[in-house]
Amino acid sequence: MNVDLISILGNFYVLTLIKLGLVAGVLLTALAYLQWIERKVIAHIQLRVGPTRVGPHGLLQPLADTIKLLTKEDLMPSHVNKFFYVLAPMVAVFFALSAIAVIPFGPKINVFGIETYMQLSDLNIGILFLLALSGMGVYGIALAGWSSNNKYSLIGGLRSSAQMISYELPMALAIASPLLLAGSLSLREIAESQAGFMLGFIPRWSIFQMPAPQLMAFVLFMIAGFAETNRIPFDLPEAENELVAGFHTEYSSMKFASFFMAEYANMVTICCLATLLFLGGWYPIVPSPVADYIPTLVHLAGGGMLIFHGLQPARKWDKYTMPVFGVAFLAVGLLFLVPFLQPILLPLFWFISKVGILLFLFIWVRATLPRFRYDQLMHFAWAFMFPVSVVHLFVTAFLVALLK
Amino acid sequence: MLDTIFFYVFALLTIGGAIATITRRSAMHSALSLIVSLLGVAGLYLLQKAEFLFAVQIVLYIGGIMVLFLFVIMLVNLDQAAKERQFNRQWLLGLVASVLVGAQMVWMLNSAGVLSLPAAVPAPAATGPGNIEALADLLFREYLLPFEVASLLLLVAIVGSVMMAKKTS
Amino acid sequence: MLVNFTPPSASEYIRVLPEILLTVGGTILMIAEGLAGERHRRGLAPMALAFLLLALGGAVVAGMDPGPAFNNMLTVDGYATFFRLLVLIVGILSVLISGSYLTRENADSADYYALILFSLCGQSILASANELIMVFIGLEISSIATYVLAGFLRNDKRNNEAAIKYFLLGSFATAFLLYGVGWIYGVTGTTNLQEIHRFLTSSESVYSPLLVSACAAMMFVGFAFKVSAAPFQGWAPDVYQGAPAPVSAFMTAAPKAAAFAVFLRVYSIAFSGLTERWQPILWVSAMATMVIGNFAALRQDNIKRMLAYSSVAHAGYVMVAVVAHSEAGVAAAMFYLASYAFMNLGAFAIVTHYVGKGERYVGIDDMAGYARQQPLIAALFTWFLLSLIGVPLTGGFFGKFYVFKSAIDSNLIWLTVLGLLNSAVAAYYYLRIIVVMYFHEPTNETGAAGPVPAGVRLALIGSAIGVFVLGVMPSAVLEFANRSAMLSR
Repeated sequence: MNVDLISILGNFYVLTLIKLGLVAGVLLTALAYLQWIERKVIAHIQLRVGPTRVGPHGLLQPLADTIKLLTKEDLMPSHVNKFFYVLAPMVAVFFALSAIAVIPFGPKINVFGIETYMQLSDLNIGILFLLALSGMGVYGIALAGWSSNNKYSLIGGLRSSAQMISYELPMALAIASPLLLAGSLSLREIAESQAGFMLGFIPRWSIFQMPAPQLMAFVLFMIAGFAETNRIPFDLPEAENELVAGFHTEYSSMKFASFFMAEYANMVTICCLATLLFLGGWYPIVPSPVADYIPTLVHLAGGGMLIFHGLQPARKWDKYTMPVFGVAFLAVGLLFLVPFLQPILLPLFWFISKVGILLFLFIWVRATLPRFRYDQLMHFAWAFMFPVSVVHLFVTAFLVALLK
Repeated sequence: MLDTIFFYVFALLTIGGAIATITRRSAMHSALSLIVSLLGVAGLYLLQKAEFLFAVQIVLYIGGIMVLFLFVIMLVNLDQAAKERQFNRQWLLGLVASVLVGAQMVWMLNSAGVLSLPAAVPAPAATGPGNIEALADLLFREYLLPFEVASLLLLVAIVGSVMMAKKTS
Repeated sequence: MLVNFTPPSASEYIRVLPEILLTVGGTILMIAEGLAGERHRRGLAPMALAFLLLALGGAVVAGMDPGPAFNNMLTVDGYATFFRLLVLIVGILSVLISGSYLTRENADSADYYALILFSLCGQSILASANELIMVFIGLEISSIATYVLAGFLRNDKRNNEAAIKYFLLGSFATAFLLYGVGWIYGVTGTTNLQEIHRFLTSSESVYSPLLVSACAAMMFVGFAFKVSAAPFQGWAPDVYQGAPAPVSAFMTAAPKAAAFAVFLRVYSIAFSGLTERWQPILWVSAMATMVIGNFAALRQDNIKRMLAYSSVAHAGYVMVAVVAHSEAGVAAAMFYLASYAFMNLGAFAIVTHYVGKGERYVGIDDMAGYARQQPLIAALFTWFLLSLIGVPLTGGFFGKFYVFKSAIDSNLIWLTVLGLLNSAVAAYYYLRIIVVMYFHEPTNETGAAGPVPAGVRLALIGSAIGVFVLGVMPSAVLEFANRSAMLSR
């Protein structure tokens, strides 16, 4: 019986379905909570407290938001082009969410004797596939802007398509240089090429890897990533002081939520991609015996801090919630010590923490930087980003050809 | 079996999109139909295990060129263009001509025995070095010169279009 | 990393020397304009000339060491060298007559010369292309540059019409060519001309001759458009008339010669096994081209348009040589294209000068009494027109002579008779101009053209000498043509 179950689970289709369910569930939850985190972080940067009403520390806010968005009246303005108006958010969210399919979260793992990759599908052109998806994603915004039949929406749509095309070039060029180091287009192989350490302690991540450290490409990629996701300081398509809300002015309810989700999903994709291409994917920052205990230490420290704060409550409910979270943290921290779970959890920890740091960067920038003017934005893309990334690619190619 | 079904789906997308492209009155609809057609072609590439071409088709044509098309269409005043009398009114003649040419081609392909071949025989999966490596090998060794000369072609096209577009002093 | 990779040898690079020089030259021209600023535009034409002369030298150097280059993509043989030199000389003469024209129209710019250089680069590739992919790329480079050149004066409506007509129809025709190339690859599995020939003539290969004929037919559409052969000649008069005069001079000579070069090469190498299938079609096309060109030219009043139709008619004569499908035919076509290039450029140079600022409409009657005002120029014009008719002692005579001789050798008696009759018709409209120039009283408006600029003068002298040399001592060129007419299969 047991053997049968495992062979059923090992079946390609069943296994893929299970992984799909897991990834989709985690991703969608993460997207919802990313928004909560963003609000919280920005609030704290701006010396506010952010959402606190729904659940402890506003932790149930995403749930409330979801219910609100789902049950709101779905307005369909009379002047829109109905077919494309409905199609646009679907296109946007479809291509944004599909991107996760080719992203590997960790190495090959072995669960109950079933060997599988922590990845939905390992395309040999994974990185090109992602570029293709991001290219298709433009249509969601462009169509939304056009079909709304509204000048603000149209300008937003136009801005976004011009912006995304312009920044796709430096982005693709920035991606190309770590590819030269890795020698593959498969995301898993790219990540695997960054395993190990140089001189025993410097990780062989692309941004450090000899002969051509990719720090510059990483910076270029992140800048282009901000533009591709229409985030501040490049959020011209939805600049509220000029364009009401840009391309999604006419959208409400779940259609609006789709654009919202697409934006956050794109952000996650960009961060995952940056992690895989430049930051060594799921490989730790220090060599093995030390690296294995870091997750535990981090969680224990976090848990300890929460419990400490719980003992000196600043607000009314803190004396209950803080210790509960603290204990949860301690438990998770101890999980990292279970040898059976280690091969699964350790890579996941490293991958997620890198992605998390990058996501924090996105939020941090949003809270800090003002918006570009549109001509500055285009000028920056064509007159700075593009030449720099071309030169960088040449230099990398030259170094790789000479020294590798 | 599955391959055959997919082949017909993609072929239908390609041809249907192409027909819609030339028959739609609204430029926007035409452009979007063209995108569908290009997607169908990309699917056909994928079916033939040419993943690289598939990705490039989408990145360049759909993600690049067609976005620019849409961009231009959004900028021009469409309502006015749709109201104007169009001078390509000989669609009946065009239809007859294309049906004739089509019939001729079918007849020719049939007599050459092409039509009796099985549809969509998938190419064998690349063995040894991958598909992209093989492509790069061909491009940079055997077809080095056309590859380089194509860049001149693009340069000429750029010079030409800039010249056409720039303001007269 | 790169296993068994042998980089191209130095001699291979030398074989593409003219292309390299032209590309570099065009790029430098554009950069130089940006660096030197607007005031130094007078230096652009001499600079372009210098690059063209360099490329001419490069073509000679490349021709001294014949052989294939870059995996058989190009083959530099005598044939290729002949056409390379021909288009480069046409380029030099066109640049000579362009300088004063552009200054007059206040349109001096490096782009113009750069585009001429790029166009010549495409034509030079066409002359030596040994692979259908190269044929396509070369044809596109040459065509796109000429599309833009045809509409160079953007404030002129006629220019715009010419450019858009040429561009739309030209792209459509090239699509046919590309479709044909795709099919031929599907049938034979190769795009190399020799290998296509080998495949089509080998007894082992299985293919449908019908399908190959369809490929040949589709490629014929593309080539026939570029050489303005019937039934794809419709664009030619409008474009040649509408484009700036020096550009028309260039277009009627260089791209046409290059297109004929590749037309001949493809048909006499790749499709030589299917002669009986394509010969009748080309026969009809050649006949129709001559008849349409000549009879339409008869009815023209505008000199530029008349020369445009005459250009179509001359394409018909060359088509006769193509139909002949023999080495003598190839040699005759080469000779004819060379002599046509000179006489046509000469005629267009005079028209360029005569039309004046803004290219006013010049009817044939406007030439009345020109011989009295500008006896030397009128004499030269007469000389070119006589050559276009095919009067002995001119290059045009020997061109026609060799073409029809090769046609008779290939048993194309009727085509020869039709061709000769056509030449007789053509004599009428060329002679009419001469008569008007010499025997009519000048009217008020004529003679406004003023003195002939140095560049045009040089071009006129060059063309006149070319026509004279080809007319008096044809053997030198013909021998070279004969030697290089044997295309390697």
